Amino acid sequence: MATDDNNDPQGESPNDPRRRDFLNIAAVAFPAAAGAVAVVFPLVNQMSPSADVLAESTTTVDLSKIQPGQGVITTFRKQPLFVRNLTPKEVAEANAVPLSELRDPETLEKRTQPGHENWLITLGVCTHLGCIPLGINEGDNRGKFGGYFCPCHGSQYDTAGRIRQGPAPKNLAVPPYKFTSPTAVLVG
Amino acid sequence: MSFPWANHYEPKQPFMRWLDEKLPLPRLAYNAVGAGYPVPRNLNYFWNFGVLAGAALAIQIVTGIVLAMHYHSDAASAFSSVNGTIMRDVNAGWFLRYAHANGASMFFIVVYTHIFRGLYYGSYKAPREMVWLLGVVIFLLMMATAFMGYVLPWGQMSFWGAQVITGFFSAIPGIGETIRVWLLGGYAPDDAALNRFFSLHYLLPFVIAAVIILHIWALHIPGSGNPTGVDVKGEQDTVPFHPYYTAKDGFGLGVFLLLFAALVFFFPDMLGHPDNYIAANPLQTPAHIVPEWYFWPFYAILRSFTSDFILPAKLWGVLAMFGSILLLFFLPWLDSSPIRSNNYRPKARTAFWVLVADVLILGYCGGSPADPVYVIVAQVCSAYYFLHFLVILPWIARTERPVALPNSITEAVLAGKGGTSPAETALAH
Repeated sequence: MATDDNNDPQGESPNDPRRRDFLNIAAVAFPAAAGAVAVVFPLVNQMSPSADVLAESTTTVDLSKIQPGQGVITTFRKQPLFVRNLTPKEVAEANAVPLSELRDPETLEKRTQPGHENWLITLGVCTHLGCIPLGINEGDNRGKFGGYFCPCHGSQYDTAGRIRQGPAPKNLAVPPYKFTSPTAVLVG
Repeated sequence: MSFPWANHYEPKQPFMRWLDEKLPLPRLAYNAVGAGYPVPRNLNYFWNFGVLAGAALAIQIVTGIVLAMHYHSDAASAFSSVNGTIMRDVNAGWFLRYAHANGASMFFIVVYTHIFRGLYYGSYKAPREMVWLLGVVIFLLMMATAFMGYVLPWGQMSFWGAQVITGFFSAIPGIGETIRVWLLGGYAPDDAALNRFFSLHYLLPFVIAAVIILHIWALHIPGSGNPTGVDVKGEQDTVPFHPYYTAKDGFGLGVFLLLFAALVFFFPDMLGHPDNYIAANPLQTPAHIVPEWYFWPFYAILRSFTSDFILPAKLWGVLAMFGSILLLFFLPWLDSSPIRSNNYRPKARTAFWVLVADVLILGYCGGSPADPVYVIVAQVCSAYYFLHFLVILPWIARTERPVALPNSITEAVLAGKGGTSPAETALAH
């Protein structure tokens, strides 16, 4: 093996990069790139939700006062949260819809917790552009499908909070939650 | 670059000579906006709008800096700091706030006129493509700045505007929701979002100022265009910028300030939405969310996608809205006609006025509620907007027979047609 890289047997001119240059460049470039990432990451990541925002990220809801057919609106992560006690008729309506008719196919069973199919807990945020749909309070316009109706651009949701008509692409989001007692849920 | 016959800067006082040797800033100004910059002699009043846009930016920066001395970027007190402290308690605060809010509208009026001037007279064509591209960059920065500024008073339209606009990003498949939460620093607009919008709203105008310097720099390499679109052929075709166009721009600036004052003092709330005098309420959506008037055409394009086609309707709306602006980056190559001015392009001139009408109708629809009739009109007009730039204009450029061009700017001026504005041309034909 040639010890003098400048006299490369393959005829490269002395100004061409030597093989050793690659090692030098790599040895400097790799830590420099790692350093750059280490500096840029906090600059970018500072924009993610901060600890105080995340600390407010759970909500407890008392279900004992909500009669079948009623709903309450509360907040979860500063967003409106709909908690609705579905009537047996509303549950039956939701279960009667074939999945093939749905834009975002999900069963009511999948959108609720086992044994609590009457408790529909969703974000009150229209999946189109973030307006709050009507329908959680008594007397609200619930749209054609008896669930929720967004007044901004006319999206209509059924009794399982699934998108049925209008511009919204997805069903109302179901946040993570668990029943801490038969009459209380911890959302988040 | 400058033409060989440009006046030369010769400092007379000893101090100016001393300064010219150390830091030739007066020389730069003389060559850029003084007697050292030769400009076509036939510019009409549509050529005022670049200077007016610069003046509007200066007004926004000055009023904005002083408003920031009184504003609280805190979700609990932002609304009262604007509508209580600034509007009632700060000395002349109402004036500064109305000047800043209406100054944004004046800035957009001027910039839209400037853009359509460029479209009519082919200012985007070689050798001024870079001037146009930088102009589109400035326009995008202006839109971002205006949007974030509108969020700061933290009224109902501020809040729900922020909700809807950041909601665009959730249309991106897969990672959209993560991006939205990252942009907001939370799950809904709140303190974190308000503070970063304030920070960026303060920063971006200075970025705009920097890009404007590049815009002017790029313009001064070939020199200013003119209403005939014919290149400058000799000294007889130009006059020095100062005093000829400083005077003409000064007159235009006076008219601009008159209109601006009328708006600020007599109709300060005419262009704003009354719902923004209600404090932000995250649990109540206004019946009808609309952006400020200058975003209406784009809002109409956003809303005109109502059913899914391969991609979700929402994503199409967002793509079309951004596409309608990004399209302008390709305009210099979409319109391949070597004739710049529409004064000599009968078909392109007609298409231009149809486009103006199309954008005005889009604006009207964007400001109206999402009733089916407005949505259908907006769909037709959105389709036409894209058709104009992607099909009609390239097709006209290939097939049109232009009217004979004058041999020179001077010849056109002496024939009495040198500075014809679109209206005069429309009457003459």
